[in-house]
Amino acid sequence: MLFASTIALAETPVKDGANDGGQIDTKTEVEEYILHHIQDSHDFHLFSYTNDAGERKHIGFPLPVIIWTSNGLTTFMSSEFHHDDSGQVIVEKNGLKFTKIHSKIYELDAGASTVAFDEDHHATNAHKVLDFSITKSVVGVLLIGLLMFVWFSRLAKQYKKKAIPTGFGRVLEPLVLYVRDEIARPNIGEKHYRRFTGYLMTVFFFIWILNLLGLTPFGFNVTGQLAVTACLAIFTLIIYTASGNKDYWMHILWMPGVPILIRPVLALIELAGALIIKPFSLLVRLFANISAGHIVVMSLIAIMFTLKKSLGVVGATSLSLVLSFFITLIEVLVAFLQAYIFTMLSALFIGMAVAEHDHDHDHDDHGHEIPDAEDVRADFI
Amino acid sequence: MYNLIGAGLIVIGAGIGLGQIGGKAMEGIARQPEATGKIQTAMIIIAALLEGLAFGALFLGK
Amino acid sequence: MDKLLNDFSPGLFVVQTILLLLLIFLMVKFAWKPILNSLNEREEGIQDALDAAEKAKLEMQNLQADNDKLLKEARAEREAMLKEARELKNKMIDDAKTEAQTQANNMIAQAQAAIESEKKSAMAELKSHVSSLSIEIAEKVVRQELSNKDKQFELVESMLGDAKLN
Repeated sequence: MLFASTIALAETPVKDGANDGGQIDTKTEVEEYILHHIQDSHDFHLFSYTNDAGERKHIGFPLPVIIWTSNGLTTFMSSEFHHDDSGQVIVEKNGLKFTKIHSKIYELDAGASTVAFDEDHHATNAHKVLDFSITKSVVGVLLIGLLMFVWFSRLAKQYKKKAIPTGFGRVLEPLVLYVRDEIARPNIGEKHYRRFTGYLMTVFFFIWILNLLGLTPFGFNVTGQLAVTACLAIFTLIIYTASGNKDYWMHILWMPGVPILIRPVLALIELAGALIIKPFSLLVRLFANISAGHIVVMSLIAIMFTLKKSLGVVGATSLSLVLSFFITLIEVLVAFLQAYIFTMLSALFIGMAVAEHDHDHDHDDHGHEIPDAEDVRADFI
Repeated sequence: MYNLIGAGLIVIGAGIGLGQIGGKAMEGIARQPEATGKIQTAMIIIAALLEGLAFGALFLGK
Repeated sequence: MDKLLNDFSPGLFVVQTILLLLLIFLMVKFAWKPILNSLNEREEGIQDALDAAEKAKLEMQNLQADNDKLLKEARAEREAMLKEARELKNKMIDDAKTEAQTQANNMIAQAQAAIESEKKSAMAELKSHVSSLSIEIAEKVVRQELSNKDKQFELVESMLGDAKLN
């Protein structure tokens, strides 16, 4: 169901239909809105309404845009785009023209004054700029980073006074212990886990709280941004690659107990697995789960509008409420599960990199290695 | 159109795999209730790996 | 895949990398290190306390065993002492008894000897008395006989009469 809706919604061609004052009530508008939501945005949009005069009003606040253009660093507030997201509004700054299409800021080529689109709706006379803006996701990251820092440094301070925390610290302490005792220690091993616990805990709470933040009506979708999950996955990649010991590299590059001829092939596969597949699966899993969750919840809420005609107002609303309530409950679980799995797999990969193979491999009569559990696990991943 | 069919195939495969994982884990838990924690952890890890594979395929086809 | 790459924002990636690095650094320095150190300390403290309690328990057990041993020893000693005392008592009584017996026997023997000698001397005295008395009587009889002839007859007569009566 999650997969299907991801695909179905993603495949819908995007149309620019804002003729009825920007109200979102038809099927295509809902789909467009959902797709828009799961992308990052340059302003913090809370809600919109149509006033008595028939004007569409957007309530929210603008965020600063910081872009690296062909003329150097340029900054302005996102309110200058006037909530336009289709390349209609052109902002002139620093001698260059900018426009925003689907949450991406484009720099118009020299001489162009409006954006021209080809039939695939790609801009032909504009190119993307490197966008360091304080987008909604960055606001989310900053917010959660601050929150985490305040919570946990207060917990740390509490320990200075007495051994048992009070108040909110009592909620945080079991979580810290959980990550340490259930994720870091068993997967990395008693000897090395201390070095990596800090990273794992940061990542766990970062992902979990951001996932939960995504379920609030503020509409953050930070862990559903590829850039964010890619960054997290690459951090894990760097950590386990940098801390891999001799055994780890030998098992990757020159697998012992395998016929010599197969070893280079195996090395290629192992290298691809360690450097590409592992981080890719980490980043895609988190991104896809969270994005799919958002899409499903929003689609179920949209039942209110899309099935209004066939089920009536009460029927559509109650169906939508019941379904979205239960899916939101599942999403709360998924929020934790994805944070857990990301941290768990990171710990597992790190554990495989620092594991000490002090045991001799058993060999059967033909000189082949009998794989032990660890090797099987390593091959599988 | 074709990638929708591909997505369907991926989902079928992933579904069968997840069913196998879940079912076998349940059997294992029923046989040895005292190993529930370990089985659950292993089950979640394997399910996550499968999920990663399925998502990877889905997004490659998208 | 194209759409995914289009969605990927390199700028956000850079910003996120910087923020995450900063966050990890700050959290490790100001939160995780102190928290984990305190937790470890606390756990070690608990472990130490448990160990100490275990040790104290063991010591208590040892003490208890010692006490028991001492008590047993004391009891055995008391028992032995009592037994000894009882034996001593019995011996003393026996000794006293035998001594008393011998003494009594001696005394009795002495008394018998004394009685024997007294008896002998008394018999001797009696014998002398009887002899002197009989001599006196004989003297008197003889004297009277010699003074009075009639009377002599009378006496002889009475004596003869007595003898007849016998």
